[in-house]
Amino acid sequence: MDAILLQVLNGLDKGGAYALIALGLTLVFGTLGVVNFAHGALFMLGAFCAVTFQKIMTLSKQVKDESITFFDAYKEVPYLEIWFGDTGAAFIDWVVPLSIFMAIPVMLAIGLIMERGLIQYFYKRPHAEQILVTFGLAIVLQEIVKSFFGANPIPTPAPDIVAGSANIGALFGLGDSVVYPYWRLIYLAFAGIVIFSVFAFLQFTTFGMVVRAGMADREMVGLLGINVQRRFTIVFGIAAVVAGLAGVMYTPILPPDYHMGMDFLVLSFVVVVVGGMGSLGGAVAAGFLLGILQSFASMNEVKAIIPGIDQIIIYLVAVIILLVRPRGLMGRRGVMED
Amino acid sequence: MSFFKLSRRDALMMLVFTAAVLTMPVWLSPIGAGYPDLVQKFAIYGLFAIGFNILFGLTGYLSFGHAAFLGVGSYTAVWSFKLMSMNVIPAVLLGTLAAGLFAVVIGFISLRRTGIYFAILTLAFAQMCYNLAYSVLTPITNGETGLRVLREDPRYLDSMLGVVQEAVPLGNFFGINMQGYSGFYFCAVMLIIGFFISVRIFRSPFGMKLVAIKSNQTRMRYTGFNTRPYVLVAFVISGMYAGMAGSLMAVTDPLAGAERMQWTASGEVVLMTILGGVGTLTGPLLGAALIKYFENIFSAFNESALLDAFSFLPEPAQHFVVAIVQPFVGEGWHLTLGALFMIIVIFLPGGLVEGISRLVRRRGKSGSDNAGG
Repeated sequence: MDAILLQVLNGLDKGGAYALIALGLTLVFGTLGVVNFAHGALFMLGAFCAVTFQKIMTLSKQVKDESITFFDAYKEVPYLEIWFGDTGAAFIDWVVPLSIFMAIPVMLAIGLIMERGLIQYFYKRPHAEQILVTFGLAIVLQEIVKSFFGANPIPTPAPDIVAGSANIGALFGLGDSVVYPYWRLIYLAFAGIVIFSVFAFLQFTTFGMVVRAGMADREMVGLLGINVQRRFTIVFGIAAVVAGLAGVMYTPILPPDYHMGMDFLVLSFVVVVVGGMGSLGGAVAAGFLLGILQSFASMNEVKAIIPGIDQIIIYLVAVIILLVRPRGLMGRRGVMED
Repeated sequence: MSFFKLSRRDALMMLVFTAAVLTMPVWLSPIGAGYPDLVQKFAIYGLFAIGFNILFGLTGYLSFGHAAFLGVGSYTAVWSFKLMSMNVIPAVLLGTLAAGLFAVVIGFISLRRTGIYFAILTLAFAQMCYNLAYSVLTPITNGETGLRVLREDPRYLDSMLGVVQEAVPLGNFFGINMQGYSGFYFCAVMLIIGFFISVRIFRSPFGMKLVAIKSNQTRMRYTGFNTRPYVLVAFVISGMYAGMAGSLMAVTDPLAGAERMQWTASGEVVLMTILGGVGTLTGPLLGAALIKYFENIFSAFNESALLDAFSFLPEPAQHFVVAIVQPFVGEGWHLTLGALFMIIVIFLPGGLVEGISRLVRRRGKSGSDNAGG
């Protein structure tokens, strides 16, 4: 029982990341009809928003280290700490959550520029060309990031206060074996909030209503005198923000490097396909489902029965789904079923 | 019987192609690409891209998992070196065959879907292979270290025939060592054979059917064609090309690693094919050679080399130009690659070959205009 709970939890935080990226992917596909291979790069850019913010906040000055008296030693002290003392230090400690406020406008801008600058010319082109051009874009983006930040992962720690682990087991009365890092719980909650807000936005606002109507019948909405295109462009921006936020919050779990986007992209695509192209609920459900499946498959008991299953489970599920139910778990009938 | 059943134009092209490939070390040396390591790469990746083009160019099925076949070919070839003989013939044959068998299985499943689903299915299979090669299949693939040929390996065929074992086992072709130029010529001969087969496929009724499938599969089905066997055959053939390219890699350097199967490697062959020209005969080879050439040349540039190259400019302008160019060369050459790729897809979906033929046509047109005026 303990082990099962632990695996479910382990799966949920990874599933949260998959779900957030897949949500943006399928949103873009549902609205603009574009297969965006650069979406993983947006996730990576979000993570590097956090890195940039951290770099800016910890701009340092060399200060003489008073604790060493034998010789002249210098240490780096961030300006924020010099100017504001403990408040500044606390600010630096909380740099990852705070970088969200920087990431939202930045990612929105990147998304809008990307859509206006490139994607809009590819609505009518075949899917293969969309895949190829966004694949090229992803390479360009990640190489730019690489040239600025280098190839090595950059540690971006979570705030000290949430650095430890929560004793989930005690909460459910299962003994002490189930411990789980706080930050992953926060990530899970964060993913839930973002997903909920996207759904609420689409479901309860006029803007969202128009977007949903446009997804169902774009031409009709256009004939009613509504500028669908502008709204879809904004949806692309929102998808970029969602991917970016997923990246920002993921940095304490996995120190970001320039190719993290590619690693997640492949999996997220698989998630979208399993959930059903263009189905928002499907993407979220499949994201969590595959995350949990993956963590169960990496249990030693399971690996003992089927060696190597942890490496391939997600792809295996995708292959099976594509073959027996091509529209995906929750895809609509007739959407890309061939 | 005309020359290998080719039309006169194709026979001429074949001859020019053969001559061009065989003399590659000569005419490429002025641009610094004449050394065996690089021309070998041109031949091997050219073969890979030509094979990929038979699938993508003719049928329009975009496979994002072709690197898996490359990897299978490599591993099989190295195992043939280990267990049978250091002779390259069985290695290449077995590598090609193994990749073909593998392609039958993957193709049979993946070809149930088309379009983006097909791309994702092949991608999923390739990723599975890659992940397994790194983890569970370590006894076969030797994991991260990569599979290498050792002196103590049994090599039953060699010992049966009484071939003397060398201290450092290298691939050989009946005693001719496969290092340096002899390795290149072996690859070049394979490339010419592969190109010939590709020309024959393009001109055959089978090739026409594949093109018809690309332009309208539904109509093909309605006219009573079962399209799937044709696409499957195309898939297997292109998988075999990839396997052959993989085994040639092992021939020239008896080592196989799992990173050859990674999906970025599959992306690379797509890049080559697109860059050169999808669905054209020579385009993929051109694309492969260009990419490998720029990879070698560009990634070798560093700041001082750049300053040298722009030394004809006045000093401030020199530094300015170098500062602009620098992110695109050296370690950043992938940036150039990505940007180039985007430009090609956006402005010239037919690739370089189409661009060239467009230029030629325009020139011909303006010339005749002048004559008329």
